Amino acid sequence: MNAWNQVRAGFCLLTLLTAALALGQSSEPAPGGSDLIQPAELVKALQSRAKPTIFYVGPRLIFLQAHIPGAEDVGPASKAEGIDKLRRHASSLARDRFVVIYCGCCPWEHCPNIRPAFAELRRLGFTRVKMLYLATSFGSDWVEKGYPEQKGE
Amino acid sequence: MTSKQPALAAAPSITLTDLSGNAINPSGYKGKVLLVNFWAAWCIPCRDEIPQFMVLEEKYRARGLESIGISMDDPESTLRDFCREYKVNYPIVAGNQKIAEEFGGVLGLPTTFLIGRDGLIHARHAGAADFPKLEHEIQALLDKR
Repeated sequence: MNAWNQVRAGFCLLTLLTAALALGQSSEPAPGGSDLIQPAELVKALQSRAKPTIFYVGPRLIFLQAHIPGAEDVGPASKAEGIDKLRRHASSLARDRFVVIYCGCCPWEHCPNIRPAFAELRRLGFTRVKMLYLATSFGSDWVEKGYPEQKGE
Repeated sequence: MTSKQPALAAAPSITLTDLSGNAINPSGYKGKVLLVNFWAAWCIPCRDEIPQFMVLEEKYRARGLESIGISMDDPESTLRDFCREYKVNYPIVAGNQKIAEEFGGVLGLPTTFLIGRDGLIHARHAGAADFPKLEHEIQALLDKR
């Protein structure tokens, strides 16, 4: 291999290594299955002995109308105050605690709250965090399916 | 996604104040077809819809369509900036838990209701509206006298 090809090969290798490093350090969760829990799965988990701790990370006006029983309102996680509240509420939990976060304020791909909350919990070292996948909204994908709900504070 | 209320509920009677200080009450539009859109300025699909609501308002106002935008979770300054930027052509009010509950619960944004000339809620769209369908519903309600 001549010198120029060696330089090109080295550059390609460096680019690949940099990309791999960036992906590994990404704080944005990929919309992959292992980071998500489907509503029906969460309902089963709520009925089991190994119930998760549930944090609601969306707007308060939705939480007050209806929320998952036992959920703690720490939202909205799109704001610094919400992230602070999440951090405070999560601080006493063991880092291998099964935690589920949810929002459902608007369609999943546009939610401004779920990903910052997920990233923060992962940053804090939580290893068993899942995001509840609500495709359209909490109303459509949870309440209208007849899953358990609570009103008020 | 469109779903109808299980029975045709009456539009709630609750007075809100728009950005110009006018009293707005969804039950006060009998004889008109009223589109009520629950939204928030931070909600991208909500923002994307509003120009289309403005087109509907302009197109059907003379036939009796009125629209109200109820913002959930935005400060007034944000709403004023938004209305100025988008030149919204219908009243925008700040919502609250009570108005959301009076509409049967607004558990996601955007959510859009259509109220007929009879003062009853005829349709509810959860999530981004299917605009061809919505327009067809508006036309049908406008045709009912």
